[in-house]
Amino acid sequence: MGRLPAILLVPAVLAAALLVVPTVSLVLQTPWGDFVRQVTEPSVLQALWLTCLASVATVIACVLLGTPLAWLLARVDFRGRSLLRAAVAVPLVLPPVVAGVALVTALGRTGLVGRWLYDWFGLTLPYTTAAVVIAHTFVSIPFYVLSVEGALRAAGEELDLVAATLGADRWTTFRRVSLPLALPGVVAGAALAWARSLGEFGATITFAGNYPGTTQTMPSKIYTELQSQPDVARTLSMILLVVSVGVLALLRDRWLTRP
Amino acid sequence: MSGLRARLVVPGRLDVQLTAEAGEVVAVIGPNGAGKSTLLAALAGLVAAEGEVAVGGESWTEPPLSVQDRRVGLVFQSGLLFPHLSALDNVAFGPRSRGVDRAAADALARSWLERFGIADLASRRPGELSGGQAQRVAIARALAGEPVLLLMDEPFSGLDTTVATSLRLELARHLAAYDGVCLLVTHDAIDALTLADRVLVLDEGVVVQSGSPREVAARPRTEHVARLVGLNVLREGNDFLAFGPGVVTVSLRQPEGSPRHRWHGAIAQVAVHGTSVRLLVVGEQEVLADVTPEAVRELDLETGRDVWVSVKESAVSRYSAEE
Repeated sequence: MGRLPAILLVPAVLAAALLVVPTVSLVLQTPWGDFVRQVTEPSVLQALWLTCLASVATVIACVLLGTPLAWLLARVDFRGRSLLRAAVAVPLVLPPVVAGVALVTALGRTGLVGRWLYDWFGLTLPYTTAAVVIAHTFVSIPFYVLSVEGALRAAGEELDLVAATLGADRWTTFRRVSLPLALPGVVAGAALAWARSLGEFGATITFAGNYPGTTQTMPSKIYTELQSQPDVARTLSMILLVVSVGVLALLRDRWLTRP
Repeated sequence: MSGLRARLVVPGRLDVQLTAEAGEVVAVIGPNGAGKSTLLAALAGLVAAEGEVAVGGESWTEPPLSVQDRRVGLVFQSGLLFPHLSALDNVAFGPRSRGVDRAAADALARSWLERFGIADLASRRPGELSGGQAQRVAIARALAGEPVLLLMDEPFSGLDTTVATSLRLELARHLAAYDGVCLLVTHDAIDALTLADRVLVLDEGVVVQSGSPREVAARPRTEHVARLVGLNVLREGNDFLAFGPGVVTVSLRQPEGSPRHRWHGAIAQVAVHGTSVRLLVVGEQEVLADVTPEAVRELDLETGRDVWVSVKESAVSRYSAEE
């Protein structure tokens, strides 16, 4: 095949360096000696706890709300289905800060829906932990819905029809056939949604703010610390890095390499 | 009144009137795209169709019943077992969906697996079953719902010959005990001859022939059935001429003698068929002819060669093309 052409090799090496160098520097520059002390600081623990809470709540919201939506998109033929599917995909490409502004516009105290929530129930969403979960769900649910919809489509409608000929109504068919067959997609989608939620920053800080204890998640905490204590920011980043790589490894082993 | 009365129209694909008595097995044959599978799907309610369907005196179309309320048992070509459920759970699926409690449904499913001699495979997933075993589970699953209409779409097509043969014998036994109507779509003349009480021949969405298997096999009205039973069927005016490939004489020159049917054509196919060689001669007519391997050598019969084929009138079965 001959020598590798420099015109391909040089950009490839540059790209690889761009991807690898920052992560490696993060690992090298993390103050490992202080690691445990920094991680167990109350404000860090608080942010960690809130991140865990928000990401788990987000995954639950995705599963409970996203699964039926994925089923609707995969199995029910209705007008505007492709439009709805496009709408589901929008948050994937929307800059997170724009997502935050959109959420404020809809759910803020004077927002389109938020106004009614306040007038009728006295509910104010922005700058609450609930707002964190809403923002996370907004940016994470597309990953989940598209993954589950894909799995439902891959499983095919044929077996649903078989179930119908055996007397199963649509709910029974969903419960006993469609959902079990789409389970790999459900698990992969949940992992993706969880990973997306862990790193969520832009929409959250815009819609929910950055209040320690109520809305300050790890990414917001890292952002705050980087201004005053870069060492602490690096330690916290390290934690998220480990978790992200863990998710990747999990997905790789169980779903990405499977044919 | 029991049995099946149906008239089904799927515009552009199917226009069929059909009656069958309870306990009757009707084989549905016809070329690809003839509407056989559409007929089954329309009866099951999987495909929207106009017309009426009544089974056992109950209408399925007035008011229209949805798929899950029609008591059909469907057996698909590819089995279509639920891959995530064990053989037992597959068979118990129908009864459970219709409200039978779990223990009773499991017991029922187990008895069906026993009847098919595969009770020891109850806990296996479909992926761990052979083709024949999986198809037994599929048939058991269809029957476990106690369908009044059993619809089978080429149930042996994916199986190798010996497996298909033993399953065919087994199915014959179960069908004898089954008191509903069974429609069996098949590509195989043996299925029609051994399992069916009646044969329905479809072509381009309409019924072109219906009768006992012997009748249809002896006097086919379509090219497809003729090929299926290995007969030549040619149209001559208002008559069909039917004759087996074994009575056809092949010669290189125009045969002498007037009372013989003869056609000129080129050999389009040469295939070994048992101990003889089967030729397809295509000219003004398409004729199958069986010749000996010696004749093939002596006359140098190979693809593309011009030949004459002839048949004695006494070897031809002649019947009217009008029904």
